Amino acid sequence: MRARRAAAWTAVPLAVALATTACGGGGESGGDGAAESGVTISVNGTEPENPLVPGNTNETGGGKILDALFSPLVEYNPQTAEPENLVAESIETTDSQVYTIKLNEGWTFHDGTPVTANNFVRAWNYTAYSPNGQQNGSFFSHIQGYDQVHTEDPDGTAGPQTAPEPTAQEMSGLRVVDDLTFEVTLSAPFAVFPTMLGYRAFSPLPDLFFTDRAAFEAHPIGNGPFRFVSRQPNTNVVVERYEQWPGAPKPSIGGVEFRFYESAEAAYADVVANNLDFIEIIPPSGLAGNLYETDLAGRSVSRTYLGVQRLGFPLYDPRYQNPQLRQAISMAIDREAVNQQIFGGTRPPADGLVAPDVPGRVPGQCGDLCTYQPERARQMFEASGFQGPIELTSNADAGNREWMEATCVSISNALGVQCNFVPVTTFGEIRTAINARKMDDIYRTGWVADYPSIENFLNPMYRTGASTNDGEYSNPAVDELLARADAAPSIEEGNALYQEAERMVIQDMPAIPVYFQSFQAGWSERLQDVTVTPFRELDLESVTVAAQS
Amino acid sequence: MGRYIVQRLLQLVPVFLGTTFLIYLLVWALPGDPFAGKCGDRPCPDAYINRMREEFHLDENVVVQYLRYLGNLLQGDFGQTFSGTSVGELIAAAYPVTLRLAIVALVIEAVIGLLAGVLTGLRSGGFLDNLVLVSTLFLISVPVFVTGYVLQTVLGLRLGIISPTVSADAGFGELLVPGFVLASLSMAYVARLTRTSIAENRQSDYVRTAVAKGLAPHRVVGVHLLRNSLIPVITFLGVDLGSLMSGAIVTEGIFNIRGIGGLIFRSIALREGATVTGVVVLLVIVYLLMNLLVDVLYAVLDPRIRYV
Repeated sequence: MRARRAAAWTAVPLAVALATTACGGGGESGGDGAAESGVTISVNGTEPENPLVPGNTNETGGGKILDALFSPLVEYNPQTAEPENLVAESIETTDSQVYTIKLNEGWTFHDGTPVTANNFVRAWNYTAYSPNGQQNGSFFSHIQGYDQVHTEDPDGTAGPQTAPEPTAQEMSGLRVVDDLTFEVTLSAPFAVFPTMLGYRAFSPLPDLFFTDRAAFEAHPIGNGPFRFVSRQPNTNVVVERYEQWPGAPKPSIGGVEFRFYESAEAAYADVVANNLDFIEIIPPSGLAGNLYETDLAGRSVSRTYLGVQRLGFPLYDPRYQNPQLRQAISMAIDREAVNQQIFGGTRPPADGLVAPDVPGRVPGQCGDLCTYQPERARQMFEASGFQGPIELTSNADAGNREWMEATCVSISNALGVQCNFVPVTTFGEIRTAINARKMDDIYRTGWVADYPSIENFLNPMYRTGASTNDGEYSNPAVDELLARADAAPSIEEGNALYQEAERMVIQDMPAIPVYFQSFQAGWSERLQDVTVTPFRELDLESVTVAAQS
Repeated sequence: MGRYIVQRLLQLVPVFLGTTFLIYLLVWALPGDPFAGKCGDRPCPDAYINRMREEFHLDENVVVQYLRYLGNLLQGDFGQTFSGTSVGELIAAAYPVTLRLAIVALVIEAVIGLLAGVLTGLRSGGFLDNLVLVSTLFLISVPVFVTGYVLQTVLGLRLGIISPTVSADAGFGELLVPGFVLASLSMAYVARLTRTSIAENRQSDYVRTAVAKGLAPHRVVGVHLLRNSLIPVITFLGVDLGSLMSGAIVTEGIFNIRGIGGLIFRSIALREGATVTGVVVLLVIVYLLMNLLVDVLYAVLDPRIRYV
């Protein structure tokens, strides 16, 4: 009886106590990384979706870390996005087909080994070789011999057949001349090639990568201004300044902690409270009524970056084959109203296919066809004989619902036809339908430049059979013009041809440009000299930290 | 009692097999290709998809995949995410954080809830009773994310008393406010449940007898009344502990707590089958053990309940 009474007394706290004992150690402390020289700043990030290998990463989470770890041949000016030589001393060509690339002396990987021409050639060959399955393999498609190392699956990934074994391991267009020189031969002249070289897929890889890939993935070794220190899954990646980095300007900060947040809201709250130094995504709660401008007075910026948001047509669906219909829908969208009401005026209405600040862009290419003209749109729409409601679809999980619904209302009002927004749960789901060419609604499709050139906004999307030509758009005249632009002897002459092709594409309206992307970034009170690049990354080389008072 | 516990533990085996298989099947049947959305607005290259499918055995029959997974699991290998991180490591990092948060929340809701419930149950109709009734009604009607954001903004951003987010260490002190947010709803339920239960039992014969034979009031309440009134509360707390330990997506998201809720949410979004199954397996086991614990506690509280 006595024992039982005692047991009863302990019963309530017991549940608690049992659970308490179950709680063992706990998380290790976050990698503060003692700052020997300079200060370590913290930057908002997301968990990399792939191992940290430049040839296999094209998402922003891993991308911004790799951009700190690796220095490519050319870098993009953090203000203007113009390419400038970095590891390359010179990139010379006479015919835009054969390029001689000379490297600067004195560049080393973080393990001390020198950066040689061989490191570039081997890395490019590795990434392009299709059995290696690298995401960025197709960036090398301009190089001669790419067909021999990269084979396509004849019936797609779903079919029973597999891709044939490539006949060669190395691209014939890459030739090492000496330790610091190599020659690249393209399969056809391509004047924009030197601009492409700033993309991370063209980074060099150290010898270690080829001898022990697992060791490299556990501790990536690059040639960039920062070197890898530690990685805690779902928590952070820490890098520190690499003192032997020969580039300029040398970073003044001692290191960077890329801190992964559970939500953008939490990261934003930390920037407001000065617990986090930089965020490039202000959550909707901070954007509403431009709250961030008061929360982060004097320490935020809003600017456009190299991206465009579009509504794509599945042209393989016979209902959408009339260009008049596509133009009518474009003119039925009140872009300025959507911008003002949904985005608070931060996302400029698209006036062409190419985003602002992209070298080679001219404004106003879309002209009338991207201007809100409800009457003309209605006439054209009625003439097209389109039946049934218009349906727009998008993944609704990333802040797309609001502007898609507003666009739908605008279309509906202008054309006098029912317009529905059909949300899909995840981006993966919508991409599956697009890739399988099973889309039957008008769908949201964005584009963010890989490298700053008007070419990157046209070739991948509007050329027959191109990698991101999701709507199966095909116009032989456009193809021919783009091919001529690619082969132009200089970038300037090429750009003029690209601009002509852009106008031609717009007449067909295979996708409606709606708005240009913008980002809002904020930083802590201690950061100074903040430059945010057109690629939506903090320029780590120029940023400084205020002295503690 | 011993036999009963062993029996219950043995029941875990088929439940474990069934749930893991179901979860595996569900993740596998999610619409959309796991690699379709991985390359932004461009389709992923075939070569990449083929290599990943081969590496993760995704082109095999789902039953074969499951058996392979189970075999690895029995050897303690939870598998890998698509980015090459060990799932076991992810769980090992996230689970202690979730446990600490659950304990903080449970202590808060048990202590405050029980205290308020007992006080108001004994003196129903007074000022305190009305105050508790109104305030618990308020807590029940406010969603957790509102409580979370309000406390974060007021305490963290405007007053600067706490850090608006929890660091990677997530110590008990840092978890007090998030724990309170997480506990607020259950706390209100515990208070109301205890109050009703006490008020009801206060009228019963055994309490009158205890009072009549001259027992001190604290003995009457502490030994006789409370013990009998706690059974529904214990049931509620047990179930609640189970759900607290399965993570709190909303609270974790607001305060940046790197617990199991956010991990499972992200894994589902990225279709990381190995992570989802691994975490759910763990949660199922935790849930079953919590239920067992509650059942055993019944017998301790009420001698009439016996397990043979």
